[in-house]
Amino acid sequence: MEQGEYNRIVKAIGKKQLFAQGDEAYAYGALLAGCRFFAGYPITPATETAELMSKLLPLIGGTFIQMEDEIASMGAIIGASVTGVKSMTVTSGPGFSLMQEHIGYACMTETPCVVVDVQRSGPSTGQPTEPSQGDIMQARWGSHGDYEIIALAPNSVQESLELTIECFNLSEKYRNPVLLMTDGEVGHMREGITIPDFAGYNIFDREKPQKDLKDYTPFLPEQGKVPQIADFGCGYHTYITGLTHKPDGLPATDDAEIHTQLVTRICQKITDDADKIIKVEELFLEDAETVVISYGITSRAAINAVKILREQGEKIGHLRLITIWPFPEKIVCKIGESAKKILVPEMNLGQIYHSVKEAVGYNAEVIKFPKIGGTLHTPQDIIEVLKEKIFNV
Amino acid sequence: MFNKADRIKENLRSEMYPSIFCLGCGIGNVLNYTLRAIDECHLDFDKLVFLSGIGCSSRLPGYINADGLHTTHGRALTFATGVKLAKPELSVIIFTGDGDCAGIGGNHFIHAARRNVDMTVIEINNFNYGMTGGQTSPTTPIGGLTTTSPYGSLEQPFDLAELAKGAGASFVARWIPSYAYETIACIKKAILKKGFAFVEILVPCPTSYGKKNKIDDGKEGWDWLKEITILKSTFNKLSDKEKEQNKKMIIGELQNIERKEFSQSIGNI
Repeated sequence: MEQGEYNRIVKAIGKKQLFAQGDEAYAYGALLAGCRFFAGYPITPATETAELMSKLLPLIGGTFIQMEDEIASMGAIIGASVTGVKSMTVTSGPGFSLMQEHIGYACMTETPCVVVDVQRSGPSTGQPTEPSQGDIMQARWGSHGDYEIIALAPNSVQESLELTIECFNLSEKYRNPVLLMTDGEVGHMREGITIPDFAGYNIFDREKPQKDLKDYTPFLPEQGKVPQIADFGCGYHTYITGLTHKPDGLPATDDAEIHTQLVTRICQKITDDADKIIKVEELFLEDAETVVISYGITSRAAINAVKILREQGEKIGHLRLITIWPFPEKIVCKIGESAKKILVPEMNLGQIYHSVKEAVGYNAEVIKFPKIGGTLHTPQDIIEVLKEKIFNV
Repeated sequence: MFNKADRIKENLRSEMYPSIFCLGCGIGNVLNYTLRAIDECHLDFDKLVFLSGIGCSSRLPGYINADGLHTTHGRALTFATGVKLAKPELSVIIFTGDGDCAGIGGNHFIHAARRNVDMTVIEINNFNYGMTGGQTSPTTPIGGLTTTSPYGSLEQPFDLAELAKGAGASFVARWIPSYAYETIACIKKAILKKGFAFVEILVPCPTSYGKKNKIDDGKEGWDWLKEITILKSTFNKLSDKEKEQNKKMIIGELQNIERKEFSQSIGNI
């Protein structure tokens, strides 16, 4: 992106210091990352992002379209992306369910795109205006077949903006859909935010094929495991299908070897780089006998609780998962080796709890602290549960 | 430089042949007619994008040496909307079938027609879900035998040309492959039309629908299509009473109107 384009975005946003909602921050982050196509469908508590994109995108030469449903929105952003235009959609639970088939299609066809899920309380229509973290496992396993996904979880409005930029960069780098797993609380709360300076953040654009037409093999990476697929319309004549395909892109649906190689590669391009992708925030972990592991809005209460208990002399620490998927398995495993007990507060009946348990094994006791119905965990809730279940007081 | 047949061959992916299509199937004819229509339009294959959903007809983009997006079942029009709005300079042609377009994709179909994004939809209607072995589709005639209507289909079939007209498509036509030159001319017109253009081509499916309904050799299938259709010019000459009683599908150009094209409107904000 050129400085001039950045200036146009800032001009469209209006100012660099704002009091904004999370839902607005996803839009600002997307524009700064280079997103120029948005397709969406109204849904609480995510609609504000679409509204803002409908206002801002035309001002900077981008395209906004409201589609007939979330399936169509996801189809449209993949269609835009194959032409080389960065694209995004924003939704919540019921819409996220509808998008699952196309998320799998984007994984199989290695099409970069960003999906923001402003999680609300489910299942089904549930509590449309209430926050939740109930889609965390759906984010990982919602589409059929074997695939890998990248998912990030912000806990503030500023971080919502920054992680949306990060979602685009990861999506372009790995040619995979990337999910921002936020929630109705972060989406609707207002905080002061700062739009980063032009030099204050990085943008990664997908790699173009270096080989000439004669040697172009769209799904054969020139190096590593991420292929350089040409944008539609630039003369490379790429065939893209959700069917199992050979490196040349053409279907080969009854060959076990070709299928195994393809699906293994699209998974390994993420898992091989997990250590580079994963971001966590550690607090007082060095000597912690008790560790609270949380993410998203819940982490704000958890961090407060841990700080209060530290002041009271407890050997307690906190791990915040900024990257949810790929799961920070090695880091959590290491915590399991040193800590005795791990508490996992979540706004669901226990989802990431299972991944923590899997990583920890029998090295430490993992205790879930679920809360559903739309009310947040308070620091006091967490302190009480820790005292009751762990400190036995 | 080349003669027409050579030019058309140039635009095929030879490594994809032999095709998956059954003997007597009409889908290959549609590919041939489409490539001839494109040739007459003098379109640059570097700026052409073919899309499709799932089903026999949706395999067509794989045979064409151009950018092709073989999408999910019923949703090709949503991807096409993204392609065209993101890069309006590209020409977009979609191949779909009766099940893909009117069954699972029915909602996208009416909204794409309503929105009037510049694209050409070639819907190949073989009256059943052929690829999965011949189940009832939204266009199966009443009484038609399929693997999921063993006592004859009970459902009123969709007239997709009427649906497209009602939803606001700029251009609507229907043909059968035995009218080769008319079909080619019609596809050419549809491609050149600024807006949502819909061409339905009825084809025989000898393996699935044909076998169940005893229209399974090549000639029978083509004759049957002639029996169930009436040329628009012939229809227009019928008396009012005869028109009312007509049960045949009308073939020819059925709608050609001027409406504001969506990608232009969006560019003018």
